Amino acid sequence: MGKIMLYVSDAIIPGVFFVVIFAAVYKKTDIFGDFINGVKEGFDVTLGILPTLIGLMTAVGILRASGGLDIIGNVLAPAAELLKLPKELVPLITVKMFSSSAAVGLLLDIYKSFGPDSYIGMLASVILSSSETIFYTISVYLGSLGIRKSRYIVPGALVATLAGIIGSMIIVSR
Amino acid sequence: MILFGIVVAAFTGNMGRVSAEAINSAKEAVSLAITMLGVMSLWTGIMEVAKGAGLMDKLTGLMRPVIRFLFPGLPAGHRVNEYIASNMIANILGLGWAATPAGLKAVKELKRLNGDKALANANICTFLIVNMSSLQLIPVNIIAYRSQYGSANPVSILVPAIFATTCSTAAGVVFALLWRKKHG
Repeated sequence: MGKIMLYVSDAIIPGVFFVVIFAAVYKKTDIFGDFINGVKEGFDVTLGILPTLIGLMTAVGILRASGGLDIIGNVLAPAAELLKLPKELVPLITVKMFSSSAAVGLLLDIYKSFGPDSYIGMLASVILSSSETIFYTISVYLGSLGIRKSRYIVPGALVATLAGIIGSMIIVSR
Repeated sequence: MILFGIVVAAFTGNMGRVSAEAINSAKEAVSLAITMLGVMSLWTGIMEVAKGAGLMDKLTGLMRPVIRFLFPGLPAGHRVNEYIASNMIANILGLGWAATPAGLKAVKELKRLNGDKALANANICTFLIVNMSSLQLIPVNIIAYRSQYGSANPVSILVPAIFATTCSTAAGVVFALLWRKKHG
């Protein structure tokens, strides 16, 4: 079962390539011309978000190195207790909102100290699977497109994240 | 964020780490952008081929009921529908790199339809909230980490993860739709 799942996941990207190119050959479209035009567009998109990326990653880096994320984690600890969420997972959840790679580092620490099949290990896996780097991604989108007032996007994303955490706890503790 | 970080560092004595990290992060952003330049452009290239072959129209058609439910009042046949559809499908399949360019274009078009205001309207809010609720069905990388760290059954998180993702997406959708109803 595990092997099949991983095989299927590995096959998604080549599968998409195959289907797309097959359809294009079938329809006899200008495959290479289309591809080159698309690639140029990708350059524009990437260059467009680069300034936001530099500002944002510097800010997140500073926040992490200064211990600011730990302070946010401590502030949130009572809320975690209220939810009966293991306190080891609070830093993981806070960090995931800003940086995916930093969250993976913490996840691997949890695997090392508790094991991937322990309650905490399972819960950490499921929570990370059902959450996004909300602050990071929202900033990239809004920053690079010049939208200044985000209105209820952040509260909405937080509600979704919280629902994911509660859902994870319900299903893992069963 | 930067101000908060620096103030905290002044109290915790992490100033040295902060200045090293600031320079490091800026460097990291550029190398990330170079990686992105390759992967993202590859995807936008493939997407363009798919568009030429008429596949995007089919996908958009498939997603139309969902789009109409989440974003009432979007002009039918407008290319924003196509961007939203490809962003969501790429997210569901876990192809983050393919999702971002389509997502950025979708928000750009939503903003244009809103008269290019700097204020996010209901469609933009709904789009980003749904995006941030995690749509990915198969957490491939987490499964890989689990097997790497000696899990007896790495895939055992699959069903719980799908359940939790459904919870978060449902909550995001309900929140976005209720807010739209109440405040417009």
